[in-house]
Amino acid sequence: MPAWLHLMADSFWPLLKAGLEFTVPLTLISFTAGLLLAFAVALIRLFGPAPAVAVVRFYVWLIRGTPLLVQLFVIFYGLPSVGIVLDPLPAALIGFTLNVGAYNSEVIRGAIESISKGQWEAAYSLSMTRWQAIRRTILPQAARVSVPPLSNSFIALVKDTSLAAVLTVPEIFQAAQRIAAVTYEPLILYTEAALIYLVFSSVLSSAQVRLEKRFGKHAAFAGRTQ
Amino acid sequence: MIRLSHIQKHFGQVHVLKDVGVDVPEGSVTALIGPSGSGKSTLLRCVNLLEVPESGELELGDARIVFQPGARTAFDAIQSVRRQTGMVFQNFQLFPHRTVLENVMEGLVTVQRWPRERAAGRARELLAKVGMLEKADAWPATLSGGQQQRVAIARALAPSPRVLLCDEPTSALDPGLAKEVVDVLRQLAAEGMTMLMATHDLRLAASIAQQVVFLENGTVVEAGSAEALFTRPTDPRTRQFVATLTEGLPQAWTVPVRP
Repeated sequence: MPAWLHLMADSFWPLLKAGLEFTVPLTLISFTAGLLLAFAVALIRLFGPAPAVAVVRFYVWLIRGTPLLVQLFVIFYGLPSVGIVLDPLPAALIGFTLNVGAYNSEVIRGAIESISKGQWEAAYSLSMTRWQAIRRTILPQAARVSVPPLSNSFIALVKDTSLAAVLTVPEIFQAAQRIAAVTYEPLILYTEAALIYLVFSSVLSSAQVRLEKRFGKHAAFAGRTQ
Repeated sequence: MIRLSHIQKHFGQVHVLKDVGVDVPEGSVTALIGPSGSGKSTLLRCVNLLEVPESGELELGDARIVFQPGARTAFDAIQSVRRQTGMVFQNFQLFPHRTVLENVMEGLVTVQRWPRERAAGRARELLAKVGMLEKADAWPATLSGGQQQRVAIARALAPSPRVLLCDEPTSALDPGLAKEVVDVLRQLAAEGMTMLMATHDLRLAASIAQQVVFLENGTVVEAGSAEALFTRPTDPRTRQFVATLTEGLPQAWTVPVRP
């Protein structure tokens, strides 16, 4: 066995373990929390009172307009100056959740707005309340429209979690850095880290296909029939 | 039993309804006819408050709402009216993510909190009535327009409304498909269902309605029995409009010729 392959085999388990212990939970927790946040923000944007709309617009503007890396630095290295000291993992979770929330609130808002006015009226004509109309009529249709852009965002998040390395979270990239620092084999270690990200995001994208099938079972894609 | 009086409505600068009043007697069919932009659809939508009038009064069964400029109509009041109405739309507006059966069950399950089995039973009865029972498990997208509209009628009837509102129920359909829908509506009319429909399909109005209201530019030009309005219109504008109907009337009627 050549030396580089040997090194890869030796470091494979530590990197995978870092992925399973940190990258995956970091991704799943911040995506779930971020989606809930995004949903609330979208509903406020669409139906909230003016002051609340102004607040959420400011939030989306702020998060989308600044680099994620800088946000993570502010949360982890900056906030202690005002007495807010966070551990690396919670700091990363907060940063990623705020990001997922801001970007995907716009995805969800767009998906809700893409459902025709007639569907709302059909729901209202059956005496549904606004919440019933949203839950029973609008969201199931909006969910289908939002699966591809939300999946994009999810896969981007898998890779963005590598930024948590700078907050000293021992996820895949941080683990690769540590091993590279003692073996002096950056090419091998970082390539291996890249491959592990590739595996994680491929497994996760296969979930997108299943989700699209599930939400789209009632509709045929018209473009393909020609 | 449905009485709209002194209804005023603007869309921006456009005065859509100008002091309009309509009476719909129970157990009969009333058609709102008129050219596009006459306000007939808006007036119909004022009955279940998809459009809320700026001023005027709506009486429907035991509900009575007075509209005043600048005053918000309470949601409870809106619901008290909607619970007594069902609506059929020009473009059907079936819920595409629910099967035919689920579409008809939706109002019963979500709004009236019926248990699913009981709701499914009533939905099947209604689908049988409109001739769509064999498509109970189909997706709406797989049905023809006429079939979708018949399912939409069953969905609107499921919560047992006092009145069925039909907004251009045949306008998106070719004559053959429209006939399926007209046959269902005629059967409902024969069973004594109270209906109010907005339509520019004069054949539909003439063949089903007992009362006809002719609107133009947001005002009622003429209202009366279908036979009187189609055979002896008094206003020249009504005469001109109904003259476009040249066939499909009962033979005993004489069709007015444009003066």
